[in-house]
Amino acid sequence: MKTRILYGVIIGLFAVLQGCSSSAKNEASTAAAPAGGAPTDEIEKYRAMIADGNPADLYEAAGEDIWKKPMGPKNVSLQKCDLGMGPGVVKGAYTQLPKYFKDTNQVQDLESRLVTCMTKLQGYDANEIIKAGFSKGKRKDLEAVVAYVVAESKGMPINVVAKHPKEKQAYQMGKESFFYQGGPMDFSCASCHASNGKRIRLQDLPNLTEQKGAALGWGYWPAYRVSSGTFWTMQRRLNDCYRQQRFPEPIYISEDTIAVSMYMAVNAKGGTMNAPGLKR
Amino acid sequence: MADPMRVRAAENGGTVDVKILMKHDMESGQRKDASGKTIPAWFISTINVKANGKDVFNGQFGPAVSKDPFLNFKYKGAKGDKIVVTWNDSKGDKRTDEATAS
Repeated sequence: MKTRILYGVIIGLFAVLQGCSSSAKNEASTAAAPAGGAPTDEIEKYRAMIADGNPADLYEAAGEDIWKKPMGPKNVSLQKCDLGMGPGVVKGAYTQLPKYFKDTNQVQDLESRLVTCMTKLQGYDANEIIKAGFSKGKRKDLEAVVAYVVAESKGMPINVVAKHPKEKQAYQMGKESFFYQGGPMDFSCASCHASNGKRIRLQDLPNLTEQKGAALGWGYWPAYRVSSGTFWTMQRRLNDCYRQQRFPEPIYISEDTIAVSMYMAVNAKGGTMNAPGLKR
Repeated sequence: MADPMRVRAAENGGTVDVKILMKHDMESGQRKDASGKTIPAWFISTINVKANGKDVFNGQFGPAVSKDPFLNFKYKGAKGDKIVVTWNDSKGDKRTDEATAS
């Protein structure tokens, strides 16, 4: 009981101090910057501090090993996997995904493409990966490979275009999904991500309908998520968006989640791929 | 077997900057699983770093250290130092990785 009161006092004190420091800062910076930018400045400093030790590195290293190691019923490696720039080309491949693939006659994101490779080259059962759940079974290996492939595009410009009719269709479908409002909370992706200057707690919410915002969103995912201590792929991130909207859980690598990815990636064209990122 | 670490070391003006990223769940012993059972504590308890066979860093970690810990320190050294990092955890598991100061 005593400790609880003590905690209360400490939290209270902290809140007071916070109030003081932020108002003082607002006074100092009103001339230079518009009010509202200040609250997230401190967390930006924190992000810069931790950026150097991104545990996504560990997933990259594991993913590289998995990419090169012969595995599965056919006992072959993923090194012949075509991610859109020819068999085995990893460097820069992620900057162009999602895209249309002729052999599967589908628009595929990195994860669905890796499932294709694991099925066709290595002989795994696609359903097993789709039903596995995040960080479980064969999906865990796939996630590590995602970290590796994405890291090989770090610092390069995002170059996703909707040229093929199927790509245009996916973009349109993604856009509709993005603005689709519903569920018990009656909101859509657009409720949070279609206007500038919004934030939730100390997280700035990028406006994903504009190039600048989309590049901030698309360009920093997949990422290591500190709060869950795991590496999150884009599919997992989107899964969580649907959960936050209280929508039914999307099926892994479903047409719809790929379409939403397509919508964001095309909007982000010209931005820099900074993933794997490090998120709260 | 434990997962590999990432060890980086760079020399600048007579000091070597060592950055170590360890892969470990670092279970605190405070968490509960889905069925409500306590997950037993399991964490890296000691870490030792040697440069050319000589101790440059010794540490004791506890359950309050985060998952996948990152450790950064500096010591007086030179390019080409052979750095060997070893951790032991509370279950007796251990892992050793090496790097060369660049």
